[in-house]
Amino acid sequence: MVFPSGTPVRKGHPVATTTRIEGDAAPPRDRSAASPRKRLNGSRWTRIGIPYAMLAPAIILFAAFMAAPILYTLYLSFQKKQVVGLGLGSGGSSQVFAGWENYAAAFGDPEFGASVGRVFLYGLVLVPCMLGLALLFALLLDSPRTRAAGFTRVAIFMPYAVPAVISSLLWGFLYLPAVSPFYYIFDKLGWDAPQVLSSNLILFGIANIALWGGVGFNMIVIYTSLKAVPQDIYEAARLDGASEIQMALRIKIPIIAPSIVMTALFSMVATLQVFAEPTTLRPLTNTLSTSWTPLMKVYRDAFTRDDIYSAAATSIIIALATFALSFLFLKIVQRRAFGQED
Amino acid sequence: MHRIFRSSAIAAVAAAALLTTGCSAGSGGDSGPVELSYWAWAPNLEQVVEIWNEQNPDIQVTVNKQDGGDPAITKLLTAIKAGSGAPDMIQAEYQKIATLVGSDALADLSDQGAGDLEDVFSEGDWDQVTLGGDAIYAIPQDTAPMMFFYRADILDSLGLTAPTTWEEYAELARAVHTANPDQLLGTFSANDAGWFTGLAQQADAEWWGIDGEAWTVGVDEEPTQKVAEYWGGLVEEGVIGNQPMYTPEWNAGLNDGSQVGWLSAVWAPGVLSGNAPDTAGLWEAAPMPQWDADEPATGNWGGSTTAVTTQSEHPEEAMEFITWLNTDPEAVTALADVSGVYPAAQEAAAEALTTAPEFFSNQTDFYDVVAEVAETANPFTYGPNVNVAYSAYNDEFAKAADAKTQAAFIEAVTQMQKITIDDLKSAGFTVKE
Repeated sequence: MVFPSGTPVRKGHPVATTTRIEGDAAPPRDRSAASPRKRLNGSRWTRIGIPYAMLAPAIILFAAFMAAPILYTLYLSFQKKQVVGLGLGSGGSSQVFAGWENYAAAFGDPEFGASVGRVFLYGLVLVPCMLGLALLFALLLDSPRTRAAGFTRVAIFMPYAVPAVISSLLWGFLYLPAVSPFYYIFDKLGWDAPQVLSSNLILFGIANIALWGGVGFNMIVIYTSLKAVPQDIYEAARLDGASEIQMALRIKIPIIAPSIVMTALFSMVATLQVFAEPTTLRPLTNTLSTSWTPLMKVYRDAFTRDDIYSAAATSIIIALATFALSFLFLKIVQRRAFGQED
Repeated sequence: MHRIFRSSAIAAVAAAALLTTGCSAGSGGDSGPVELSYWAWAPNLEQVVEIWNEQNPDIQVTVNKQDGGDPAITKLLTAIKAGSGAPDMIQAEYQKIATLVGSDALADLSDQGAGDLEDVFSEGDWDQVTLGGDAIYAIPQDTAPMMFFYRADILDSLGLTAPTTWEEYAELARAVHTANPDQLLGTFSANDAGWFTGLAQQADAEWWGIDGEAWTVGVDEEPTQKVAEYWGGLVEEGVIGNQPMYTPEWNAGLNDGSQVGWLSAVWAPGVLSGNAPDTAGLWEAAPMPQWDADEPATGNWGGSTTAVTTQSEHPEEAMEFITWLNTDPEAVTALADVSGVYPAAQEAAAEALTTAPEFFSNQTDFYDVVAEVAETANPFTYGPNVNVAYSAYNDEFAKAADAKTQAAFIEAVTQMQKITIDDLKSAGFTVKE
């Protein structure tokens, strides 16, 4: 079998892509088939009531811990603190309706725009590196010639188990010339080491921490979907004389495209919400401001500046932007990755 | 689902914990002794309070241990907003008072005769609990006058002595760095707004003030400009570091001698003994370098007060207790010995503290120097948006320290002023310019 370039195995072997779609569509059909039988036992009330009773815990928890805080945040974002005179003692301040004021202030704040710009740059550096490395490691681990695959897989995954704050502290030590073994070695060799905490490189330094922590997780996601690919495709390809590299590029990657899209989405959302790494590194350097990323600005406004109202407005903006970008991204890649004909 | 369930379980536990703390505060009926609750974080404070409880069966005080200055205040503000759950008394840092008064969290103690205590404390400390007005919102508990700490052995080996003026400090910084390029006399930390505030206070700055019924903001004025210009010059010259304090690098520097000095406050021995254990007995403390040697002055970096909250049902009893805690010789001695703070009550503190801290056992007159310095603290008023000014300091001076130019330091002061005053105006405060 020869694989024409550009049109990968999707048409010849619709294994992963179409089964997935069928798999999604299957349960309702099953249920409709089963329900006539169920209708025989129990009254009309139990028939309607039971599903809701079973859903109730989830609905209540969702309402109490997701919906209610979101609605309250929305409410707060249209409020503000109004102070009178010196603002001392009773009646010095009150909460009043602010209209769109908090939103206007967020969009009008050059620091907010700058933090968004930084995060996009950060994402441009991080997401391709993260997915590229995760995919590379997953393909290498999946290759039949790999030795000590189990150990390697765990070793690559391990950093994901380290909390971001801890890993940032560890990397922070490595980035500080006076206490870092790297700088010590460079110094002994007489080389000039780059100052990672300087304003030019700090973005890469933070991306490196996120990369170190995140590659393992994404690698596992991709690797798992590689393992789900039926082996007979590979056998067929081998019989046709395809090399391992050809198989990787023309069979494996197209088949696991949905998981790559999913990890890309995860990475993008994580990028927009980057917080722990720069916040932990901030006390070590002059190059990170208190509003270096949008989420840091939210934190500063809410907990340092006691202004929960503008923090709420900024949170809403970040949430909406995250949704919008996620949907836009899925819209663009969906047809290609999932092979839908819509 | 599993994750949702787990996080909601945690939230439920947290909510239950909040409810119980809410119920335990502010109890105490008409019968039996008056029970007062006290949120504080000074170490071993409950042992000091125990002395009071033994002597005063009618007024029993319970210390509710807090994590620290910031979380305690956030918790108090939440309780005030909720309308219940606040303690009778709280340990509050000086710079938090105006913020707390702005949220109507602190009772005015002038009705309880707090005015009689004015002479016990230094003018600078007293000014901060009155915000420069007639009301008295708290009683000073401990104070943290700034001093200059230096490696006496290194200065001796260079044949140099501690500086008495800022001019001499600059000379010394140059001499130390020239003698050994790996050594610096100190660092300009853009991370420690309280430190810079103390330096500005020493130079007579008045960042906030009350003029009639309006706030004034005076960050971008001669005293602070002078301080920023001075440090910007030293950083630009490269004889003073530009990296923040309290980093692993800085800690290592204190211990290995690459940091030769530290402009800090009276609590420095505790930090040094923890961060630079190898250098015990090598440091000495001296008064701050001066702008005008004839008029010695200093600023504060840290320190706290005891305040009575507006939710307290027993403000008179509370006042009785905090008067004892902060002025009675026995209590002040216990504060110094047991809690390890430098009490704000000047005379009682001088009597209580005679032996130098262990880390400074080489300097037997340590507390004589402190007592002499403490008297010279300049008055300083904190405004209602200290948080905003402090985060502006972090951001603007971080840029300046990174740029390493004197011009950037002066620009940072201008930006700090602008951010602070804009915030006051947008919140609706009356501001006089």
